[in-house]
Order: sequence, then C-alpha cells, then structure tokens
Amino acid sequence: MRLSDLPKGASAVVERVEDTQPHDPIAQRLRDLGFVEGERVRLVARGPIGADPVLIQIGSTRFALRRSEAARVTVRVLEQAA
Amino acid sequence: MSTGTLRIALVGNPNCGKTALFNQLTGGRQKVANYAGVTVERKEGRFTAPSGRVLQILDLPGTYSFDAASPDEQITRDVLEGNYPGEAAPDLIVCVADATNLRLHLRFVLEVKRLGRPVVLALNMMDTARRRGIHIDVPELQRRLGLPVVETIAVKRGGARALIERVDGEVPDAAPAEADDAASRAGLHVQVRELLDATVHMPRATAALDDALDRWALHPVFGLLILSVVMFLVFQAVYSIGKPMTDAIGDGFTWLGAHLAVWLPEGPLQGLIRDGVCTGLGTVLGFLPEILVLFFFILTLEESGYLPRAAFLLDRMMLSVGLTGRSFIPLLSSFACAIPGIMGTRSIQDPRDRLTTILVAPLMTCSARLPVYALLIGAFIPMHRVLGIFNLQGLVLFALYIAGILGAMLVGWVIKHMRRDRSEHALLMELPSYRVPQPRDVVIGLYERSAIFLKRLTGVILALTVLMWFISTFPSPPAGAVGPAIDYSIAGYLGRGLQYIFAPLGFNWQISLSLIPAFAARETAVAALATVYAVGGDAQTGGLAHALAANFSLPSALSLLVWFAFAPQCMSTLAVIRRETNSWRNVAISFSYMFGVAYAASLITYQVARLFL
Repeated sequence: MRLSDLPKGASAVVERVEDTQPHDPIAQRLRDLGFVEGERVRLVARGPIGADPVLIQIGSTRFALRRSEAARVTVRVLEQAA
Repeated sequence: MSTGTLRIALVGNPNCGKTALFNQLTGGRQKVANYAGVTVERKEGRFTAPSGRVLQILDLPGTYSFDAASPDEQITRDVLEGNYPGEAAPDLIVCVADATNLRLHLRFVLEVKRLGRPVVLALNMMDTARRRGIHIDVPELQRRLGLPVVETIAVKRGGARALIERVDGEVPDAAPAEADDAASRAGLHVQVRELLDATVHMPRATAALDDALDRWALHPVFGLLILSVVMFLVFQAVYSIGKPMTDAIGDGFTWLGAHLAVWLPEGPLQGLIRDGVCTGLGTVLGFLPEILVLFFFILTLEESGYLPRAAFLLDRMMLSVGLTGRSFIPLLSSFACAIPGIMGTRSIQDPRDRLTTILVAPLMTCSARLPVYALLIGAFIPMHRVLGIFNLQGLVLFALYIAGILGAMLVGWVIKHMRRDRSEHALLMELPSYRVPQPRDVVIGLYERSAIFLKRLTGVILALTVLMWFISTFPSPPAGAVGPAIDYSIAGYLGRGLQYIFAPLGFNWQISLSLIPAFAARETAVAALATVYAVGGDAQTGGLAHALAANFSLPSALSLLVWFAFAPQCMSTLAVIRRETNSWRNVAISFSYMFGVAYAASLITYQVARLFL
C-alpha cells in the first residue's frame, strides 16, 4: 500500500521508497529523513482539502508530505485505527 | 584575527533549538548579513569564554542532510568542509541535537562526524526530555559516538554552561573522515537504531500535549476556524496598534517639517527639508510600526510551532496557484504592507516558491491603497443599496481586494507554467513540537528585522523621496504664473508626456502626473491630485472629491481604481525586492509585469465602462 493511501490514524511499516525519476531528490530526502525499510510510521492527520497534504509521524517527528511525495513510499499496514 | 580566537560553527537539524542556543551564547552581539550572492542569512556572534579566549560563533542554517536540497544546506556543507569561498573552515563544530527527537537528529550527527573534523555534540532541550521521561545514557552515547557530548537547555539561563566549559577546553580530536556515498548513507540509519537501542529509553514517541493540540489545530474544520481567529487577531493588532503609530510618525515628521521650515528662509532649502527630507523620513519610518507588529506575531507563531501548522492546512489551496503553504503568512502580511510580507518570505525554503511569493505579494491590497480607494470611491460610486443589504461603495472596495487576490492567483499560475524547471517542488515540512516562545528570541528577531529595514532601506527610500520632491518642484513656476507650481515642474512635463501613454486608460494629464509621486508612496497620490486641482488645504475633505467628480468621468475613475490595484508601486517595495532577492532582474520583472497587468486591466475597465456607462 502507498503511504498516501493509509487511513487516518493507521500505523504501518515502511517497505521502500521509490524514485519517480532517476536521482529523484525527493525520494532521497525521504530516505534521509528516516523513511527506510522497517521504520514504523503513522498517519496522524490529513489536510482539509483533498486530504492533501498528509501528516506522517515517524519516530518522534511529524512530517507534512504532499500526496505525491507520500506516494513514493510503499508501506505494510499494521493495524487499523480504532 | 587574534590567534586566541576560536572559530566555532553551530549546526543541526531545523527545530533543534540551535538559534536559541546561539542567542543564549551571544546575546545581542550578532552580525547578520547574507552569504555573498545568495539570500541565505549568515549569522555570526562572538563571546568571551571564562578563560578569556574569544569564541567566534557562526550559526549555520538548519540542515537535515548533506545531500543538499536547498541553497541553505549547500552552504552549510561547504562552510563545514572549508570549501566556501572567503569562509575559513571552523576550528570546532558544535552539532546541536534535540534530545526529544534523537532518531532524526542523530543521523545528521553521524553525517557531521564523517566530515573528519573536531565535533562536540550538544544534547539540547534536556529539560523537556526529562519531563517526558526520556532517559539518555550520556556516557554510553559519548563512548559509542566517540564525540564529547554535553547537555544544554537553550531556553534556560545558564543552560549552556556545560557547552561553554567544553568548547573553552581542549579541542577534541577529529574522527577519521569517511566517504559519503549512497551505500554508507543508507548504513547511517542502522547505526542510529543501534545507538538508540543502547542508550535511549523513551516511554512515548511524542509529547501528549502535541497530540492533543494537533487534534484541534489540524482538524479539517476546527483547524481552519482556529487559523481564521488567529489571523483575525493579528490583523486587528496591526490596525489597532501599528496603524495609529504609523500615522503618528507621519504626522510627527510633518509637524517637524513645518516647524523647521519656520527657521529657514523661504525657498528651495525650506522645501527640501519640509517636503523632501521630513516627508520622506515620515514615510520610511512609518513602515516600522507595522513591520514590528507583524513580525512580533510572525516570530511568536513561528517559535511556538504554529506557523508550520497553518502552512499544513493551507498547502493544497496555495499549491493550486503555484505557491506553497508557507507563502500564506507573507501574503497575508502583505495586506497590511508588502514590505514585511516580502521580508517574511525567508521562511520559504524552496527558492522558486520564495521568488513566486515575492512577485505576487505586492498585488495584495496593502493599507496604503486605502486612502486612494476611499477618495475615489467616495467621489464616484453612489451610495446605492444593492439587493437591499449591500452598499455599492462597500462592494466596489471588496471587489478591489478580490481583484488583487485573483490577480496574484493568476500570476502564480502563469509563473508555474512558464518556468523551465518543471521538477516537483517538495513540501516535506516538519511540524515541530509546540513550544512557549522565548521573549529573548522574539526580541532579537525583531531587532534584526528592523535593523535590516532601517540600515539597508532608509537610504534608498529617502533618496528616492527627495528625487520625487525635486522633480515635482523644479523648475519653479515663472513669475506671474497662475496654475499650481507642480504644473511647471519636471513632474508636470512628465505627467503631460505620460498622458499619451495613459490616455487609452481614460487618464487625463492631472491623473498621469499624480502617478509620479504615487510611485514614492501610494497615499501621496491623493495629496498630489489635491495640488494639481489646487483645492489646497486638507486633501481628505470633500473639496477634492467634488473637484474630481467635476473633472473626470466614472469610467476614468474605475480605471484609476483598477490601476491602483495592480500598478507597480511603491518604490519601497521594489527596494525590498532588490534587497531580498539580491537581483535587479527580479525588480525589473516585478515592475514590468505589474505595469503590464495594471495597464491591461485598466484599459479593459475603461473601454468596457465607456460602452455601458
């Protein structure tokens, strides 16, 4: 599943980050910020218009990612929101 | 430079509290400039350590990674490696990390360590970490990292003592430099996990307070509601605190000019002092209260962590017109005055987004347009009721505000599609923990902003104001002349010349002439019109409105209103654009596109209005 499609409040584990072009700087930045295999993430909030951007918590940090950015991250869902 | 001076560079992730630590160390003894040729801020300060050694501290821009994504990060990397022209490599790097967010920040610490230079790690916000029950085994962390580690609390008096003692002692040995490639880069995360497992115990990943606040602040409905309330309060403050002070400063200088004039012989010198220098100073310094009030709120909101939340809520909306959520606050500030708005674009990391924001900011209806709007609307728009509830005058004013916003959206959209560089603009924005803003950091921030404005801009704006006075005064009218003096001046000739350009817009030569001083400050257009129509006295009184209504038609008036909504004014704004983008090219682009838009919009307004009215 893509990180951008994660339901609100759901947790997941990062599988990989895909480049949308060769040497994709945004994908590289996501990896640098900690979006690497095995890292736990949670979708905390979504923007008011078109659910864009999404707010992702990774470790103790919250990052706002546009949907197109979050779509580069493939995740495995852990649990649904209560 | 004395041999005893130790050059220290402060680096760290954004939001690690680095600048608060810098302020704590150096107090007000800071020098803020730009790195040559770019608009990245260079902040340097110095302080004397207990041993008597002078420490020269460079506060480098916040950086997530050396795989530079922005000019800030590129500069940070180049300076640390000693590759930045004119900037010696630091003797010691102090890497600041937020103790409550080590998973992210330790990775950068490891990157800094690989440079192979002496590094001290400052674990900042140790008070918050303790309060949240985070336990860090500092000796073990120090052993595993192979770097000296000290604890700091940047926001507490004396909170940097351990750091000062450490940097005042022996410079630690550098770790061996390591290659920086994709494979070793990926390995950093593994190292961070090992370090965290061995040295950090965290009962909860985030602060409970942040989660609770964000549930409201980022809520699709309540979040926007809260944002509206916050913005409303900011604007109320600008108009109820800033505006009266601005007016008082303007009046004060007018008074001063009038009193100085008494002591001077009648003639050009008197005019220069009264109408050139004093009026000019009143205009320039008059911007200061609004800048201070707006930046007080911007800094407070930024420090508290709310600003990125506002950007989060609005990003989608701004993105659709080629901007970013971060553009919102600068653009909103521009409704008060474009100058603090443009100065506020420094919080936009992506240089392309920043430039677009700077280019559209002057289209927001600033408070200086109001006197012109009020005069023309009062003179030409009847007090009709529309649909029983709306006032036609109010509707026209509202339409002018909307015209500015739509214009900005259109321009943003056009810039987005004209750009050759089609690569995706990243948002990737961290929403930091909420924090209580520290008065010291807000005060230092305010001081910096006003110092930049006063030092770099006063001269330019004052010189231009005096030039405007000169061309509206000389040559003096011949003996026995009947018309107002300005008719015979250079400005008068220019106005007559300009009317050929502006005739299709329905402007007569008097309006064309008034556009010249309006370039210095929009509100002076009213005074200039009063002068050419020789109504004299107080320009705000009904006399001028009558003179105008008698002298030109409704289509001309509508066209002039539209002109003021888009025209390239004022010159102070252009001076700020030059200062903030470090480029005359951007000033030229700004001036010409606004001239083009204003001309086209006024032309359409006049020609269409003539058909129907």
